[in-house]
Amino acid sequence: MNKRQIVLSVNGRDHELWVLPSDTLLDALHDELGLADVRYGCGEGVCGTCTVLLDGEPTSGCLILAVQAAGHEVTTLRGLMGPGEAMHPLQECFLRRGAAQCGFCTPGMVLTSLDLVRRRGRPSREEIRYALVGNLCRCTGYTKILDAVEEYADAVAAGSPPEAVS
Amino acid sequence: MTAADLPPQADQRLTEPGSAYRVVGTSPAHHDFVDKVKGSLLYAADWRLPGMLHGRVVRSPVPSARITGIDVTAARALPGVVAVLTAADVPSNAVVEMASGGLAELEVTMPVLASDRVRYMGEPVAVVAAATPQIACEAADLVAVDYEELPGVFDVESARADGAPRVHEVGNTLVSWRIQCGDVAGALAAADVVVEGEYRSQHVEHAYLEPEAGVGWMENGVLTLRVATQVIEHAAMIAKILRLPQSKVRVIAAYMGGGFGGKEDMTVEPYLALLVWHTRQPVRMIWDRQESLVASTKRHPFLMRYRTGADRDGTITAQQVEILGDAGAYPNLSPRVLFAAAACACGPYRVPSASITSSAVFTNNVPSSAFRGFGAMQVTLGYESQMDLLAERLGLSRTQVRERNFLAKGDLLPTGERLDTCVEAAQTMRRALALLGEPSRPSGPGKLTGRGIGCNRQPYGRTIWFRDRASAWLSLQADGTLLIRSGVTDLGAGQAASLCQIAAEVLGAPLDDISVYIGDSALNPPAGGTFATRQLYMSGNAVLQAARELREQMSPVAADLLGVAADELEFSGGRVRPAVGSAAAANGGEGVSITLAELVAACDKRAVSTAHLSIWRAESGSFDPRTGQGDTFPDYTYGTHAADVEVDVETGQVTVLRYAACHDVGRAINPMRVEGQIQGGAMQGLGYALTEDMAVEDGYVQAALFANYLIPNAQDFPDVLVDIVQSGEGKGPLGARGIGEPPIGNVAATVASAIADAIGVRPDRLPMTPERVLTLLDTRVRP
Repeated sequence: MNKRQIVLSVNGRDHELWVLPSDTLLDALHDELGLADVRYGCGEGVCGTCTVLLDGEPTSGCLILAVQAAGHEVTTLRGLMGPGEAMHPLQECFLRRGAAQCGFCTPGMVLTSLDLVRRRGRPSREEIRYALVGNLCRCTGYTKILDAVEEYADAVAAGSPPEAVS
Repeated sequence: MTAADLPPQADQRLTEPGSAYRVVGTSPAHHDFVDKVKGSLLYAADWRLPGMLHGRVVRSPVPSARITGIDVTAARALPGVVAVLTAADVPSNAVVEMASGGLAELEVTMPVLASDRVRYMGEPVAVVAAATPQIACEAADLVAVDYEELPGVFDVESARADGAPRVHEVGNTLVSWRIQCGDVAGALAAADVVVEGEYRSQHVEHAYLEPEAGVGWMENGVLTLRVATQVIEHAAMIAKILRLPQSKVRVIAAYMGGGFGGKEDMTVEPYLALLVWHTRQPVRMIWDRQESLVASTKRHPFLMRYRTGADRDGTITAQQVEILGDAGAYPNLSPRVLFAAAACACGPYRVPSASITSSAVFTNNVPSSAFRGFGAMQVTLGYESQMDLLAERLGLSRTQVRERNFLAKGDLLPTGERLDTCVEAAQTMRRALALLGEPSRPSGPGKLTGRGIGCNRQPYGRTIWFRDRASAWLSLQADGTLLIRSGVTDLGAGQAASLCQIAAEVLGAPLDDISVYIGDSALNPPAGGTFATRQLYMSGNAVLQAARELREQMSPVAADLLGVAADELEFSGGRVRPAVGSAAAANGGEGVSITLAELVAACDKRAVSTAHLSIWRAESGSFDPRTGQGDTFPDYTYGTHAADVEVDVETGQVTVLRYAACHDVGRAINPMRVEGQIQGGAMQGLGYALTEDMAVEDGYVQAALFANYLIPNAQDFPDVLVDIVQSGEGKGPLGARGIGEPPIGNVAATVASAIADAIGVRPDRLPMTPERVLTLLDTRVRP
């Protein structure tokens, strides 16, 4: 087999691993590194369950190859958390607002919205909707997700939650 | 009197009279929420075992054909391939579903792997295991199958025509249900008005975000599967397929990334089981999204014909309903889906004379089966459109005509059953309309706005003749913490979490001190699957009963320690104390209490068990398919949705401006989760109403990509405004009614009603796409 060694920087740690040139970043993260918070949902870049931050930008892990991600910073949902599994303030908002049902879309939802709030400060509800079109949810009807993101953005705008993210 | 003797709706024993519930009715963030928000929950695809192989199904590329040869030589020769199995390798290659329990349907066998004939595109023909997913894919492509194509039938009307090609030798009509009461012909002839309509719905994909997946392995001689399934009881069918004793197959259900009925039939299970059994190695199987789109079960397309007769004042006198459902190529759960359609075809209305027929028809389309709403949701478009038509014809308002006909407690359904809980449909209608507020105005020229309403009646609990039951086991540990074991599976709606809240309420164990073990056919007491909106009703009652019985078991010990009567105890905050208002409390004993741990220790000394298993049985009855009379479902959830829409007359585009939903949930165990179910169900319904269409042309599924199947995204529709009625009269625990399925049912009818209000022409076909709305606009009589 035609595997090659790459170094992937994921959640602040470097991992050496062997991948096929055809392996997606999703394959490498989920199957090789065992990161269960990056999930296969469609393989087309439509559903957003494999969302990661690539150098801070929301990216579908199924749409780029593992070899292309070498040399870049990959952040998954787990990478937002502090020591002792301390939740990121945005995760706390998701919890408080009941913004997860089956939970399959949650990591992608959190990462995409976090990027939006970082870029936009206090986005409007419509801007949040627009930013999340690439993250599908089949359970919640989106309302509680939007509520959670708004609550977080309000808190950021008020200067209260620590931006504990790399 | 034991707790089981108490009617659930007359509950007074849970806490002392007059006091509110402590845990029930609150919305705590449970264990599963926390894991999901942390991203640490391990779904079915997330397990990896040493030496694990990867499985792949080889599927038919054609909808109807004879298999004239299968050559697996090249596939087997590929390096890395461990097994290539065909029909000849399946010990018992016959699944017989008999979903109605043999009451009325044809007996049709479904092979696990097709041997000589394929009946739909995507039908499994072979299965492969290999060292990597890539090799498994390559090997699947190398399995050479020769197909000799045969004529097929692709819609229900052609399938019922004389001389139509037969999907199965026994005939194309799998089942025909009939419900009959009164003199319908006479009543229709005598009616002041008769309105007629024909309504059509489409194939719909569940589109849960987690594709079908699982891992299987051998352990202590037991074939073990950990899969995304709503029904661990499929272990028995898997044992049958492999000709194994039932004790040698174990199914574990992982928390699911959504199911909606699509994980109610077996998905990966038989294929994983075959591969594990043959290779004796762990195997993982994940269906591609594109594979899932083509081959997973769908919602039944319905063709519904309604005739409704009424008096001049709007009182319905008779209704005639004919329903044809496209079952696709195999029975699956179609007999039950079409039964639910028949039983609910008249909606939440009194219909003194009714004649309802409902048939499941085989075609060479992908099989249809369970999907949230289960037949009872498709008919909502039919009966609600008829109500609007009656209102229009008689010059009544749409709310008037509904209020005149709403069912009430004590009324008879067309099956001859008497409703024994309250019907708060009118209240849900008032509240849903109140949420909407003032009517919306058009945003500009060329735009028309309209308001619609849609009421529904959706069962919760299984068809009554199945004599349903669920069991649960509770155990207080030595430190006073609590374990719950239940065979329930969790789709993401909080099925396990609700059980914790109920047990916490009765036993006073803090929620954080409770762990719940679910979804294991070997280790949990059986609960039946999670479907039919039955788990809060069934397992909720089982846990409530088990908790009460356990409390009664321990109460004499606590009473003795505290010097009070056994029926004057309060269990709360991890302690047991004299109840407020009891004689002991009045005598200054209110400050005295013991911890649950101390109670467990005292029980242990006196040989009183602190664990308890309980089985809760639903009410039972029987249905006579010849007379169309008898018992159908234990109870129903009623609700109303209301919406304002805007129609662009140039493009036919429908924009939903405001949307409101209200259901009577009896009692909200966890109000936030209830609201989430209603919002999510309504959103799925909006997709069904306006955008989702799993088009199947001549047996070929057209949406080969997820990008082509339009489930609602965050921008498509407005927030769903929710109000909840709590009548306290459900048959679930503490008077709850089920809410999993009900909120998807109203939506298409509500949107159709709003479009009709806006443009003056009534849509009768789903989804209501811009093209179809434009066609309706063209038929308008221009002013």
